[in-house]
Amino acid sequence: MTRLIVGPFNRVEGDLEVRIDCADGSVQNAEVVSPLYRGFERILLGKPPLDALVYAPRICGICSVSQSVAAARALASAIGVSVPRNGELAINLVHATENVADHLTHFYLFFMPDFAREIYRSEPWYEDIRERFTATRGTAVETVLPARAQFMHIMGILAGKWPHTLSIQPGGSTRAAAPGEAARLAVILKAFRRFLERQLFGDQLERVAALENEEALVSWAGERAPEHSDFRRFLNLSAALDLARLGPSSGNYLSYGGYHLEDTSLFGHGTWRNGQANAFDPGDVAEDLVSSWYKTDGPEPPASGTTEPDAEKTSAYSWCKAPRLGGEIMETGALARQLINGHPLVRDLVSRHGGSVHTRVVARVLEIALVVMAMERWVAALEPGGHFITHGDMPSRAEGIGLTEAARGSLGHWISIENGQISNYQIIAPTTWNFSPRDKDGVAGPLEQALIGAPVRKGETDPVSVQHIVRSFDPCLVCTVH
Amino acid sequence: MSMQRIDARPPVRLFWLQSGGCGGCSLSALGAENPDLVTTMEAANIEVLWHPSLSEASGREVVSLMERLESGEEPLDILCLEGSVMCGPNGSGKFHILSGTGRPMMDWIRALAEKARYVVAVGSCAAFGGITAAGDNHVEAVGLSYEGRKPGGLLGGDFLSSGGLPVINIAGCPIHPGWLCETLHQIAAGTYNETDVDEWARPLSYTMHLVHHGCARNEFYEYKASAERLCDQGCMMENLGCKGTQARADCNMRAWNGAGSCLDGGYPCINCTAPEFEEPGHDFLRTPKVAGIPVGLPTDMPKAWFVALASLSKAATPARLKENATAEMLTVPPSDKGKTRS
Repeated sequence: MTRLIVGPFNRVEGDLEVRIDCADGSVQNAEVVSPLYRGFERILLGKPPLDALVYAPRICGICSVSQSVAAARALASAIGVSVPRNGELAINLVHATENVADHLTHFYLFFMPDFAREIYRSEPWYEDIRERFTATRGTAVETVLPARAQFMHIMGILAGKWPHTLSIQPGGSTRAAAPGEAARLAVILKAFRRFLERQLFGDQLERVAALENEEALVSWAGERAPEHSDFRRFLNLSAALDLARLGPSSGNYLSYGGYHLEDTSLFGHGTWRNGQANAFDPGDVAEDLVSSWYKTDGPEPPASGTTEPDAEKTSAYSWCKAPRLGGEIMETGALARQLINGHPLVRDLVSRHGGSVHTRVVARVLEIALVVMAMERWVAALEPGGHFITHGDMPSRAEGIGLTEAARGSLGHWISIENGQISNYQIIAPTTWNFSPRDKDGVAGPLEQALIGAPVRKGETDPVSVQHIVRSFDPCLVCTVH
Repeated sequence: MSMQRIDARPPVRLFWLQSGGCGGCSLSALGAENPDLVTTMEAANIEVLWHPSLSEASGREVVSLMERLESGEEPLDILCLEGSVMCGPNGSGKFHILSGTGRPMMDWIRALAEKARYVVAVGSCAAFGGITAAGDNHVEAVGLSYEGRKPGGLLGGDFLSSGGLPVINIAGCPIHPGWLCETLHQIAAGTYNETDVDEWARPLSYTMHLVHHGCARNEFYEYKASAERLCDQGCMMENLGCKGTQARADCNMRAWNGAGSCLDGGYPCINCTAPEFEEPGHDFLRTPKVAGIPVGLPTDMPKAWFVALASLSKAATPARLKENATAEMLTVPPSDKGKTRS
């Protein structure tokens, strides 16, 4: 058995170390380490409740809006205020912009550059991928960065700025859109759709969104050469490298749903276990702390959770806590979201191969199409002149839960208010679920399990297969520990 | 005749580290426009040796590069740090061990800062401790050469890099991409000196201005036509905690994300470029008042004059401003005298 310590991991958000034991050319055992602790749950103690909207987004610079949405929803449930339709639309648009930009950044800047590495030089697809996706120098970078920046103008208009907007409040959005601005939003979306249809998909968003199963996906990909679009490029190399077998999921998935509009939501919430959809009950969530550098061992329900760092705890190896649902690990992210929401292509892929590097990336790219189409509908539904916010009074004592979906998966904030101040605040981020360490029963977290069996080539110190698996989750380590 | 390279100098070598922050400054920088970030770096003749979000190299390759920079085997021109320095617990730095190295990040930061010709703090966390230092700061987060408003931090208040400059504090939470790109460009050109920074070692290129400058709500400010609740269109200084008249930055002169600013977004300035903005001593979204008069009035203005002028201007507030100030959207347009709307 050889132990490899892989890190620092770049092109993930934050700092990550993965310790793997290898034998016979594959990973036998893995430990995932989140090595940075900042203590946001402690920072928030004693603060005025609405100030959570200043601090919480700053947990993460890549999903700050998701943090805002979770905090605002937690505060809204404490206040008992509801959001007017325009406010919901504006929040959905701002949130969707962040999530889509995140998927795009992940695909182009974080995930694909690994296939431009020297180790793949002898592959038939290598030259094309190298030219297109080499980190910072590939031809994709020069078109993706401007397209992304222009798309983010939606943030300038509807949120003031990104990251770290304060526009999302418990009762809605502080930024009402005027008729001319609604027109500008539509134009920005049109330009972004053009980029997606020409570069990423090489086809209409509607056709991609309507793919029903694996045969349809394979046949769609085969209509054109791989070089015709970036998604086809991925599908081609994924088939060649058999990424559908790499980084298997455990079979347990969780989604809080998301993009709320008038008592419904674009994506539904729930769990998926053993091929079955089930309801989600937040009362079943608890965080185990046995392997985490905190004073207690848990498990603790988040509403009464604690954050007492103990850097000397010998049983521990990560600052990440280990959330469990009814005692079980859960994978969360675009794959879980589309599976639970019932997208036929994702359901078909998972029923054939299970979750994997391939399925995670397909679900993420598919979601770009689905969400941009929804954004176009939301812009058309805005009613400039109507209300975007409802005001309410903060009670001096209350509790609240805010659940939402960040790009990377399920994000929850739990707040308690006593004497007009925050008396407890606990956060469970998507990567906290995905990259959690072992619990009291020794059960490894989703990534730790997905790494078992990953091939390690002779002489590799930072195995490329491990890099693909880790990045297929689109991890965010600053969120994980927060 | 063969083409001659216009810039014959060797590239300026930049290394980027992240510690106790959120990565938001890097993500904000990715939004650079006209041109994009990668082109900007190229235009500035900057070679990015490694950036955690963008580079190919991972693991051993990076650690070995860091070792060569630390030993002086390879030169380092610019060290950028994003996020605060994590000194806890008890000065051990164990709250952030750089992965793959078993060594506290604060040791790496100090070692590389000693070798770099220029050291740049990207964002308020790296400059002053920032949000990560909020609350009881049990994590012992500090900036590179400040701990809040106190000189010190990791490197000491009198630190000068081998290029002869203090740590350049591109403060902001997050930074505007333009602030970063311009500053790096000037540093790389070799034209940056101590007259280019303010009393907190922040680039004057953007702290020469107040957030108030160019604020679209200035007319409301002139007449003290105040917003009462978030989303109202009036001036947010009197009731909603806005610090635009004190905060040093050009946020309303240089658009964020092509179109906005905090004030345009309908929420107050929280003065995020200033040391200790994270602990304002009051609710962020409420202006503390004594006897009905806001404390923390605009800088450079005697209080008695402010109060006198404010009561005068309030008495003269046009109906249009009074009405618009507490509306969710501008509802009453300006009118041309003698011409009625058709």
